[in-house]
Amino acid sequence: MKAAPFEYTRAASVVEACALLARHGDGAKLLAGGQSLVPMMAMRLARPAWLIDINEIAALKFVAVEKDLARTGACTRQCAVALDDALAARVPLLRQALAWVGHVQTRNRGTVGGSLAHADPCAELPLVARVLEARMLLRSAKGTRTLEAEKFFAGPMATSARADECLEEIHWPVWSWRHTGSAFTEISVRHGDFAMVAAAAQIAIDGDGRCVRAAFGLGGVGGTPLAFPKIAARLVGTRLDDALVEDAAHAAAAETAPGSDLHASAEYRRHLASVLAARALREAREKARAA
Amino acid sequence: MSETLYTIEVEVNGKRRSGTVPARLSLVDWLREELHLTGTHIGCEHGICGACSVMLDGEPVRSCLMYAVQANGHRVTTVEGLAKPDGSLSVLQDSFCETHGLQCGYCTPGMLIASQALLNSNRNPTEEQIRDAIGGNLCRCTGYQQIVEAVQLAAERIAKEAK
Repeated sequence: MKAAPFEYTRAASVVEACALLARHGDGAKLLAGGQSLVPMMAMRLARPAWLIDINEIAALKFVAVEKDLARTGACTRQCAVALDDALAARVPLLRQALAWVGHVQTRNRGTVGGSLAHADPCAELPLVARVLEARMLLRSAKGTRTLEAEKFFAGPMATSARADECLEEIHWPVWSWRHTGSAFTEISVRHGDFAMVAAAAQIAIDGDGRCVRAAFGLGGVGGTPLAFPKIAARLVGTRLDDALVEDAAHAAAAETAPGSDLHASAEYRRHLASVLAARALREAREKARAA
Repeated sequence: MSETLYTIEVEVNGKRRSGTVPARLSLVDWLREELHLTGTHIGCEHGICGACSVMLDGEPVRSCLMYAVQANGHRVTTVEGLAKPDGSLSVLQDSFCETHGLQCGYCTPGMLIASQALLNSNRNPTEEQIRDAIGGNLCRCTGYQQIVEAVQLAAERIAKEAK
């Protein structure tokens, strides 16, 4: 036994989970897939007094693809999301990103909501949420509210969710332009590890090949995943020539302030940011052209 | 302070097993220390090495990243559950011997669980699919090549047996 002692309870519903959070206060933590929380507890970086297990709440596990948005329950397993063909057709970036997330064994257990709520700035799913401007539906005993990804991610491993709130659903906007393409790429020490730097992009073009919408972002280069809507807006109306794409990637990288660690210097990370952002944008453009 | 104990019932390798555990006992510790199913190995204990892989309701997961109490009401298959009912090696296990898919054997239970789970859902996996399936399992001896060959051999043998 490596974790510090704690009390365990299984919530049968989201309402019950919220009631338990309200009752136990700051000492309580929700346990979803546990692929980050359990190791943190083993290393005693986290020492919750209560763990509220939400794994048995069926209502938190679903994928619903609607006209303008796709909804995923917070406790939907990453593997279930990656395998959902209808979702992959409407929000392809999710499947593309999940190919980089951990391994089969961790994706079988790890959840979409858990990854977002953990808010690792190097993690893939928070970057997708930020780039696509996903919205988080939070529930507490007092009611529900919706937070945009930009406001949800507050810092490294920190979100704006209150201690009494449970992430219930994630709403992923669907781009309905016919010629839409997206791409996810990253550099890590080994495949499945956290990214040194990750990049995600989504591009829509019209029948003449002109960009009608562009979005892209970077992970691993700041305290939260970053998106660059102003730089992306400059691509709209253009034919997305390589030079323009590289300028945009370079401008985005220049706005970042990555840190240095054992694996990579800040300078190398900024270099990767520029290269990977351009790579993701070009790949998304090619997919949009082929769509 | 005495720790709260929780009663659990888990189907392990087809048998109903019950236990009384503190919440912080990991599934792998329960399997090894309480049920004496020491086939499942403990490596890193934080989800990196894959040695502790077991199947939970048929899907491979890391048993160091789950508390035993969470397995209550679920079905667990360990490497002990892969052998044939008479105790002889399964096709996959025998294929590992045949291709020298193991040296020190530490990673082997996890490799067997990961590749058996793959074969259960995909009878004819490509090399890439095999490498992806065992991508979360570290081996420091074989260089992985013979493990891939073992899974390929097992798939061939299972296909022949089915004919």
